[in-house]
Amino acid sequence: MKNQLTRFRWLVFVLLLITLIPLGASAQGSDPTDDDVNAIAKQLYCPVCENIPLDACGTAACEQWRGIIRDKLAEGWTEDQIKNYFVDQYGDRVLAEPPRRGFNWLVYIVPLVMFVVGGFMLYRGFKAWREADPGSSPKSVSRKKTKKDNLSEEDIQRIEEELKKRSGGL
Amino acid sequence: MKKLLIWGGLIILFAVLGVGLFRSQQGQMGIGEMAPDFELVSFSGESYRISDYRGSVIVINFWASWCESCKPEARDLEAVYQSYLSRGDVLFLGVDYVDTEPEALAYLDEFQITYPNGPDLRTEISQAFRIRGVPETFVIDQNGFITHVQIGPYMSVEHIKSTIDPLLD
Repeated sequence: MKNQLTRFRWLVFVLLLITLIPLGASAQGSDPTDDDVNAIAKQLYCPVCENIPLDACGTAACEQWRGIIRDKLAEGWTEDQIKNYFVDQYGDRVLAEPPRRGFNWLVYIVPLVMFVVGGFMLYRGFKAWREADPGSSPKSVSRKKTKKDNLSEEDIQRIEEELKKRSGGL
Repeated sequence: MKKLLIWGGLIILFAVLGVGLFRSQQGQMGIGEMAPDFELVSFSGESYRISDYRGSVIVINFWASWCESCKPEARDLEAVYQSYLSRGDVLFLGVDYVDTEPEALAYLDEFQITYPNGPDLRTEISQAFRIRGVPETFVIDQNGFITHVQIGPYMSVEHIKSTIDPLLD
């Protein structure tokens, strides 16, 4: 009975091994998918096709680059290693997001500076416009209201009577 | 003081942008200009610095394996290189632009090119020559000045020789 139990355990163990082997083999031999390749390719730009990310570019050069990404992924390279490889080969300009160093800082600073300068110029322009046309400014409107509000009931009544007289005379 | 800093900063910023724009509009290096010095490390590992070859005529050909219009001139360039080889005063260098090494080596093998060829690492050489595409070829005289710029492929062996022969004794 004990022997039978041991045999059964061995049988289960062997069966388990058999079922695990194909799983292990398929994981080791799995090729990178197009999605894996494109996840890295979309972060790169080939200098030959300006403004087209590598994942969307159809030229022979870009096709070769995607092939390199696929090969490197199959070799077990990480995303950063692959990006560094392309930078070493072709320079910083292949990166969709250039590293923050040296002249690359201009890419990040210039739009911000332009935005601030543009906003400041707009502010100055509107301010000058309002000062040049006081009639349309809210301040002058409120001033008029104040004058009207200062008229007494008696004054208003007199003005209305005067207006009635004049309109009756016509 | 604050205003001075703001205006100073803006002037520097616009100057940098202006220089960048000017450089991008410059076009290729032209005839009569001193060729920029560079070092090319060939696929087989040898190093070539063009300033070490003063006294020789240098032909620098920019190409790529994906470039269809580079192919017609590839064999002609090799033939011309072979015809000058015994003289020893004409250096041919192939600069492989934005390419992948296996395809580049296959290209060299296909067209049986034997003169030194190497990758344009970080595209520094092509940027120095301000090339706009491939193929482009620069002929440099014995004093380091550019004497011919070929944009697009050469048409024939005679065409290539006609840009080199006038520089030789």
